[in-house]
Amino acid sequence: MSQADKTGVENSLVLHAKELLSQLETGNSIDAMQTIANLHQQRDQFLFDEVGKLTRSLHSAIQNFAIDADVGQQDASELSRMGDASDRLNYVIERTEQAANKTMDVVEEIMPLSSAIGDDANSLKEDWGRFMRKDMKPAEFRELTKKVDKFLTVTADKSGEIGGHLTTILLAQDFQDLTGQVIKRVIGLVQEVEDNLVELVKMAGTVDYLTGTQHDLPEKQEVDATAGEGPIINPEERDDVVSGQDDVDDLLSSLGF
Amino acid sequence: MKILIVDDFSTMRRIIKNLLRDLGFTNTQEADDGSSALPLLKSSDFDFLVTDWNMPGMTGIDLLKAVRADEKLASLPVLMVTAEAKREQIIEAAQAGVNGYVVKPFTAQALKEKIEKIFQRVDA
Repeated sequence: MSQADKTGVENSLVLHAKELLSQLETGNSIDAMQTIANLHQQRDQFLFDEVGKLTRSLHSAIQNFAIDADVGQQDASELSRMGDASDRLNYVIERTEQAANKTMDVVEEIMPLSSAIGDDANSLKEDWGRFMRKDMKPAEFRELTKKVDKFLTVTADKSGEIGGHLTTILLAQDFQDLTGQVIKRVIGLVQEVEDNLVELVKMAGTVDYLTGTQHDLPEKQEVDATAGEGPIINPEERDDVVSGQDDVDDLLSSLGF
Repeated sequence: MKILIVDDFSTMRRIIKNLLRDLGFTNTQEADDGSSALPLLKSSDFDFLVTDWNMPGMTGIDLLKAVRADEKLASLPVLMVTAEAKREQIIEAAQAGVNGYVVKPFTAQALKEKIEKIFQRVDA
């Protein structure tokens, strides 16, 4: 409620109070009762209006979030099925997990290819060394030329295969774009809800002011210092966390590790 | 060398499994939290435990304490690989008898060093 509204309410209260006083002084108790009822009704009306406004804005915030899901991406159909923020965040978990698994699948395929190329090259290097030192019989040399020929063919094939796999890894990174969009939307909703909650708190303050209510604030809960917290997102701003493996090692060695 | 990897995220288990394989440890099993890991540890003969801290169900720190409290498992080497980075947590893990502590995100090199150091000590 704005200051102007508040003044308006107060002025109206003063007006009614004066009216009430003059009605009582003149012995007009029926009108006085009516004035009291009006005062009461005015307060109720004001509360209903404010709470109604808030409910509507919260409702529309949540509804906007659920309906407005057209991000114009290939996954739009998948996104539009999501009705709420937790679905969206679950989608983020799924996409990141898929991308991680896809990448690891491909890495596991590349590893034997690259080590096979390495092994073949090392074996050739040995033979080639003997050839350069002129420590090779003609029959062995013929073997070597065949080996080199085969190595070149196989290496060209495998490097093509590896290139294809690397492209797959590259494409698997598209999750960042998609999940980034989803997370941004969730952040938007969180901010909207926060703004609305702030409004609610302000409104509740007005209600408390009108009704003369005072609250005992609950004491802040003690935080368990060793409870799991997950990744620290702002290590440089905190002095109760380590900033990396070196810090961990220092701490442990100071404990006699 | 039989190793149990405990983490609630399958991708992280897979990463650790691959890194361990690169280090020559091919005999690994997986569990997704402490309460599924503990029966596995008790019923089998693992030589090494790699665990996350923050997991639903039984956490890694509780798993570590349970391992140290178990007569048969008490001397099992335990490496904590976790995003938990509060000093008090690291101190608690140390006091509970952890053998190594690696914070995520970690490098293959860091994991290798810690594992080698643990086995140097165990063998010594």
